[in-house]
Amino acid sequence: MIRNMAVLLAVIGLVAMFLPMVTDFQERENLNELAADYVEGSINDLNTPNVVTSVIVTYRGLDTLGEVTVLFLATVGVGLLLKGRKEDMIRISSSELLGTTSSVLVAMIMILGIYIFTHGHLTPGGGFQGGVVIASGFLLMLLSNVNVKMNHSIMHFVESFSGVAYVGIGVAGLVLAIGFLNPGILPLGRFGELFSAGAIPVIYSLIGLKVGSELTSILVTMGGEK
Amino acid sequence: MIPVIIIGLGVIMLAAAIAAVYFKSLLASIISAGVISLLASVIYLILGSPDVAMTEASIGSGLTTVIFLFALHRVRKGKSDD
Repeated sequence: MIRNMAVLLAVIGLVAMFLPMVTDFQERENLNELAADYVEGSINDLNTPNVVTSVIVTYRGLDTLGEVTVLFLATVGVGLLLKGRKEDMIRISSSELLGTTSSVLVAMIMILGIYIFTHGHLTPGGGFQGGVVIASGFLLMLLSNVNVKMNHSIMHFVESFSGVAYVGIGVAGLVLAIGFLNPGILPLGRFGELFSAGAIPVIYSLIGLKVGSELTSILVTMGGEK
Repeated sequence: MIPVIIIGLGVIMLAAAIAAVYFKSLLASIISAGVISLLASVIYLILGSPDVAMTEASIGSGLTTVIFLFALHRVRKGKSDD
């Protein structure tokens, strides 16, 4: 009884705390100063139609580098905790239907993932989303084909190469352009084309490769293989 | 019309969240938690942020569900060994 009352009091307190967010909410008519600056800068200075991408890769580029680092540490943690426990997963051979479908679908899923991260500056999506799509393609491969073997050295090479290249582009921006991770090291090109917006597509492709290989190695470690 | 859809989706999300806690089977709880993320991504799409919606749909409802399923399988296996 007392416990229930305490829970009720805690819920009421929480509601009272968040109530001003609902009652005082009013829709803004126009962007605030910082947001307006980002929107204009993204179109005029960076040639990037997708404002979200220009914020993630350029204006808040250091945060994205931190995010990639967090994901890397998580992958290392999973690998370290589950090391040496290479027991089999469910070794039931997959059905005919799944096997045949996946041989067609895997390639299409991979191409969709590559499309998402190379067009991150033009259409919604980007490195993280594309990387996850690629990892899900590898997951389908793992589930449908029992005897599939992942080449760990290639995966680790892709991961470390994209990480080093990402930081390298950042340092190149420090030397050649305005600051760390500035995309101005490559020509900005024409607005709305695939090869435009400076280094943004390059950086997002590297993030996509890194996220894809990291998540695939998490799935392989968690799923367990021979 | 749009607020009605969003409120409806929110109610289903709440129901799925409560169901995830009360389900007897852990498998059903995991699927229910994935449904929450899927509906959240639909709401993000309606509110006009396709980037967040893509992230939520792929990571929240896709990858996290699969990783939970793998973890559940490992935990069950560890129990049966003892």
